[in-house]
Amino acid sequence: MHIQIEYYLILSAFMFIVGVVGVLTRRNAIVVFMSIELMLNSANLTMVAFSSYLGNAVGQLFVFFVMAVAAAEAAVGLAIIIALFRNKLTINIDELNILKW
Amino acid sequence: MFNNIQEFYNMLPMIIIGAGILVSIVIEMYSRKSEELIAWFSVFIFIAAAIYSLLTVNSTSIILQGMLATGGNVNILYFIFNFGAAIVTLLSLDYIKKYGTYYGEYYILLQSSVLGMMFMAGAKDLFMIFLGLELMSICFYALAGINRKRLNANEASLKYFLLGAFATGFVVYGIALIFGTAQTTSIDLIVAKFQELSGNLLFIAGILLFVIGFSFKIAAFPFHMWVPDVYQGSATTIAGLFSTGGKAAAFSALIVTVGAIFSSTIGNLFEPYLIVISVFSMLIGSIVAIAQEDIKRMLAYSSISHAGYMIIGFAAGNSEGLAGIIFYLAAYTFMNLGAFGIIALIEGKDETNLSIKSYAGLSHRNPLLAALLSVFMFSLAGIPPFAGFFGKYYIFIAAIKAELTWLAILGVVSSAISVYFYLRIVVLMYFKDAEFEISLEKSNTGLFAVIVSALLVIALGVAPGSVINLISSFF
Amino acid sequence: MLLEVIIFITLALIAAVSAILVVTRSNPVISALFLILNFGALAGIYLLLNAQFIAVAQVIVYAGAIMVLFLFVIMLLRPENEKKIFSSNPLIKTLAFVIGGVVFIQLIYLIFIVRPSESQSPEVAQSIQAGTVEKIGTLLFTEYILPFEAAGFLLLAATIGALVLAKKKFE
Repeated sequence: MHIQIEYYLILSAFMFIVGVVGVLTRRNAIVVFMSIELMLNSANLTMVAFSSYLGNAVGQLFVFFVMAVAAAEAAVGLAIIIALFRNKLTINIDELNILKW
Repeated sequence: MFNNIQEFYNMLPMIIIGAGILVSIVIEMYSRKSEELIAWFSVFIFIAAAIYSLLTVNSTSIILQGMLATGGNVNILYFIFNFGAAIVTLLSLDYIKKYGTYYGEYYILLQSSVLGMMFMAGAKDLFMIFLGLELMSICFYALAGINRKRLNANEASLKYFLLGAFATGFVVYGIALIFGTAQTTSIDLIVAKFQELSGNLLFIAGILLFVIGFSFKIAAFPFHMWVPDVYQGSATTIAGLFSTGGKAAAFSALIVTVGAIFSSTIGNLFEPYLIVISVFSMLIGSIVAIAQEDIKRMLAYSSISHAGYMIIGFAAGNSEGLAGIIFYLAAYTFMNLGAFGIIALIEGKDETNLSIKSYAGLSHRNPLLAALLSVFMFSLAGIPPFAGFFGKYYIFIAAIKAELTWLAILGVVSSAISVYFYLRIVVLMYFKDAEFEISLEKSNTGLFAVIVSALLVIALGVAPGSVINLISSFF
Repeated sequence: MLLEVIIFITLALIAAVSAILVVTRSNPVISALFLILNFGALAGIYLLLNAQFIAVAQVIVYAGAIMVLFLFVIMLLRPENEKKIFSSNPLIKTLAFVIGGVVFIQLIYLIFIVRPSESQSPEVAQSIQAGTVEKIGTLLFTEYILPFEAAGFLLLAATIGALVLAKKKFE
């Protein structure tokens, strides 16, 4: 444990921001979803770093639940994307005419 | 798990719903007429849980190693969720035939989302808030797009899913920072430590990220842009559930976290931020709603402005404000569900008759529906003696007590603006002739549900004092 | 000590660069592969942090199960390479980068001003203890039993939701 916790936190903050920028700028729904996974993982990194430096296993338990949630979200989210693709033959969110963000 | 049998009894509303989900899955597997059977079974468990939680409202306790609170306002919120869900189920019985999703799974997802809401309202630990939020949201994503043949529903669910997962990212990162600085996820311990933590900027950043994530779920500015599209694109009954149960659950999670923190010694740190989002939510919701031609879009914008009124209660930060929010949630749930219920009754096959124009002359064709819709519109506009008026009244009083008089005045101005678009519908129904004929399909259960919510709206408006006294006694 | 620092810097660089590549590649398959690389690097970092159980779960659940699902869907849909991968709206683009930059600078500022390391004295033995399967399993089945049950309902609901959305026969 010679590396200070700040460096882990900076790496995680960086990944979080990359994820946010990806969500806001990318147009492919699957890539947007992958950027969201990146955000969740950066939060996981923060959790594990704190948990390890505090010697408190609760943070790692939380990461375990985040993984369960990410798996559930992936199942439903990809099913939604497939359902859209079957109807519209595109997953570009700019081409969805009621989506105006 | 349980230390004594009393804890089991206190948790019974949640166990009823949880066991109900499992039983429904078995019914779905083995029964041929599962759609109807599961619907009535859902109504039964929702009503049972609602009544049981109201009966045990006084047995406050914290159970399961400090994970879950029972009794008090938690049970009042359980009643709101379960009774609201029962109304949605009754409305859905005939509606989903029209909509083309006549499946038992619809009700199973509905039950699961209610279980998630209950986890959020009773949470005493950030774990439960997170898992409840996700359980509710995942069911909502699936419910929004449940008819995958409809392009509108596909787009609505994709949009809801992507933005919802984005908000989840913020919530998780916020919880990570809160855990790292407070060294615990128990809300009571965080509140106890808040004095020393309030100087820690990482902790403040964590709470801010948490609130930002939740302001998506309560449909407040600046995360409101998904609301109209999702409400318009998904099934009407489901949109009713999003706007009432979903919003109430997100607010209850904010009450148990942020509300608890604010009512501790240090006071309201985020007052400026909350004031900004409440002002913008109220004004954007009220002003943009005027221009809407689709009634579901109009109610979506009105839902944004109602979120703004409720955030005033947080900005006030006193116990009157929080009690006002819970009262407002009860009033809003029943009046909005009633309005969405009437839309669901009038909506034709393939999502027709949704424009505001199709309500012209309704009083001649169906005086009962017109009268009921007028009750809900008056209540939403905040005209006494209906429940909506007293919801706003308690919140504005709390704001004045917290020396935020100008915010209360702004709230009154915004509700004065909103009177225009609510009363426009009443005027259309009573004083205009229909431009085209619409055929109404009969739905006795739906009509019954709408009448029940109208009665509740009137009851909350006639005797608001006893309800608000009950809620305040638990703070 | 030096070895630990070298390993951390390598893994952190891999994670950071692969994160950038995920959002800048035009082919979603390549994005997904870089995301797997990112998850792998994170698993290594978790090992450095003595979080053995999470490191293994990261590889099995995230890099394994979830990303296979992603790749499967991408292959199934075969979306063409995008000519314009970013939003055509320049306002959103600048807004995203401005927000991202500001928040990142703020976070770094917070981290260095607050300096969490000063209030925390890491004890290696305690930290190793916290990351074992035994410790996490004990917590999971005693104190955190209700979240565990909630996660069970969550996965059940997700299964039903995904089945309805993808498989249900419509008239």
